[in-house]
Amino acid sequence: MDLIDEFRNRDLCETLLAHIHSEALHNFTIMEVCGGHTMALHRFGIPALLPSTIHLLSGPGCPVCVTGRGFIDQAIELAMHNNISVCTYGDLLRVPGSLTTLEKARAAGASIEIIYSPLQCLEFARENPAMKFVFLGIGFETTAPASAVTLVKAAEERIDNFYLLSAHKVMPPAMAAIIHAGVKVDGYLCPGHVSTITGTNMYEPLVIDFKVGCVIAGFEPLDLLQSILMLVRQFNGAEPRVEIQYTRAVKPEGNPKAQQIMNQVFEPCDAWWRGLGVLNNSGMQLRPIYQHMDAVLAFGLNMAEPPDPPGCRCGEVLKGLLKPTQCSLFSKICNPTNPIGACMVSAEGACQSFYKYANH
Amino acid sequence: MQTTNKILLGHGSGGRMMHNLITELFARHFNDPVLDQQTDAALLSFPFGNLAFTTDAFVVQPLFFTGGDIGKLSVCGTVNDLVASGATPLWISAAFIIEEGLEVSVLEDIVKSMASSARQAGVRIVCGDTKVVGKGQCDRLFITTSGIGQVQSQHLRIATGELITAGDHIIISGTLGDHGMAVLAARNELGFASKLLTDCAPLNLMVQPLLDENLDIRFMRDPTRGGLATVLCEIAENKDFGIIINEEQLPVSEAVRGMCELYGFDPLYIANEGKMLIISSPKDSSRIIEILKKSPEGRQATLIGEVSNDHTAKVLLKTQIGGTRMITMLAGEQLPRIC
Repeated sequence: MDLIDEFRNRDLCETLLAHIHSEALHNFTIMEVCGGHTMALHRFGIPALLPSTIHLLSGPGCPVCVTGRGFIDQAIELAMHNNISVCTYGDLLRVPGSLTTLEKARAAGASIEIIYSPLQCLEFARENPAMKFVFLGIGFETTAPASAVTLVKAAEERIDNFYLLSAHKVMPPAMAAIIHAGVKVDGYLCPGHVSTITGTNMYEPLVIDFKVGCVIAGFEPLDLLQSILMLVRQFNGAEPRVEIQYTRAVKPEGNPKAQQIMNQVFEPCDAWWRGLGVLNNSGMQLRPIYQHMDAVLAFGLNMAEPPDPPGCRCGEVLKGLLKPTQCSLFSKICNPTNPIGACMVSAEGACQSFYKYANH
Repeated sequence: MQTTNKILLGHGSGGRMMHNLITELFARHFNDPVLDQQTDAALLSFPFGNLAFTTDAFVVQPLFFTGGDIGKLSVCGTVNDLVASGATPLWISAAFIIEEGLEVSVLEDIVKSMASSARQAGVRIVCGDTKVVGKGQCDRLFITTSGIGQVQSQHLRIATGELITAGDHIIISGTLGDHGMAVLAARNELGFASKLLTDCAPLNLMVQPLLDENLDIRFMRDPTRGGLATVLCEIAENKDFGIIINEEQLPVSEAVRGMCELYGFDPLYIANEGKMLIISSPKDSSRIIEILKKSPEGRQATLIGEVSNDHTAKVLLKTQIGGTRMITMLAGEQLPRIC
């Protein structure tokens, strides 16, 4: 057992596909919320294997894509200071701000470090007391606990040169906002890794308020096909509910320890999402006892969001209103070598995934 | 010459120290009468026919990795570029840019490794150059090798791709991604120990019998940086044929596959240093695979796809579960400095 091939078994995939084809008789729209799912669906060539009744939409679940250009601008401004170093996950390096990217700013002399864990940033801060270190906290409930742990450690050790610039967000307000925006979604493929932390409760209001099915899915072909079949069956039985397909990782109660430390450090705040605008209680800001480490407050940053570049339709792509291929910039002007919008930069962005894998 | 155990700027000065380094280290290990003459240019008598000429710079970091080092790489890389062009490799030149402070013993290990790879491949290192630069002006050691080989007239068109036509078979000589992952593991960036071995090897002995038998080879290329995917995309670009490969038939070792899954890499884009991609007429593909399998480097040779009239100028992959996806070139480097 190698835990890879079991979940890519062709015979089982074909069996699931046969069920999907015979049961999905009515038009049915599924949104995969998570960028990891978008990528996996295309990597295995799944969309073309599904019946024409099933419409797949890509949602707002790539943290790089929904983060505003204002966030990048502020991070670059900080990194240009002599005594400030900015630490980031590699994903953000090539995301365009309104004028330039972190990667180009680094080549121009800005102090920007790529790290794999925020604890590395704390380590830098500990070793270089004369410098200030800012960690770019990005991502949903999957990455927020790691940021929280780092802040708790920094507070315990009284390290006073470590800061967080938080773009952390939570998923459900965006899932509700998409339906409010008029996108017709019959079923959500819910993010597997977010749900390992949060559990299932946070999806219940979506089922009650919008009668939309929610299946928490894994990332292998069998996971995705089984999840799609589960959504089809919910739809056929007119019984939308929250179900876990990804049972080998997700428990209904999630990870209480991670939830506890997230709640200890963060409180909900309104946050700006590319394509969706400001959503109530969709962001995570530091609670008062940790606010001395909030980079926005400590450095007096202006987080106002500049307008999108002309012609860029990432906003509509993120809402599922537009397929990447329908954007006039797609491929010819906006491509992974020269990304205009964030959906083309991110490895999990819908546009990059279409560019890389779909037959354009 | 062991008066110092580190390379000093003086070793590149053109004086006595440099002379000693050349005679006692390079010339001793490369052991070639033409090199020993220490003329400004190697003087060689060329067999009649066509000549293949190539050059390559090596900046791999770290210098040593499991199963290989920058020296072995610098010989094999150049040999394989000649082999892929249908040539029989004959002579190699080697230029060394050394950072002041490099341990002489490290340099000697690398030079020995070059000599041993050259012996294995039956090529001669006949000329070279040495420069020493100040601390921080290069990263320990960079090597540039150039190579000259002889090409029979009937093999002159193998390198260009002009012979490829729809229906041709696509063969790979073994597992994908071994070199790139071995280098990554040696950098210790993965956070765990591994026994991943580079595939770095000279391929002339594996390929020569195919040329000798005059099998209908339409194209060859060793898929190094950018991996197999990049080579296939280059072949299909702007052409009136397409390429389709089957995921199930792609040979990838368990270790490389596991690491790729874990880190989100695609083995199709990871570098190889001892593999040959061969496109042949359908009638000769089984004979080619049979011959490849007789060499240690080709034991896992297999058919992976074919050239087709459909999807012009595109490369498609039939996925393990029966779906289809497109293969495109990488926008940037998937991994830094692997050769």
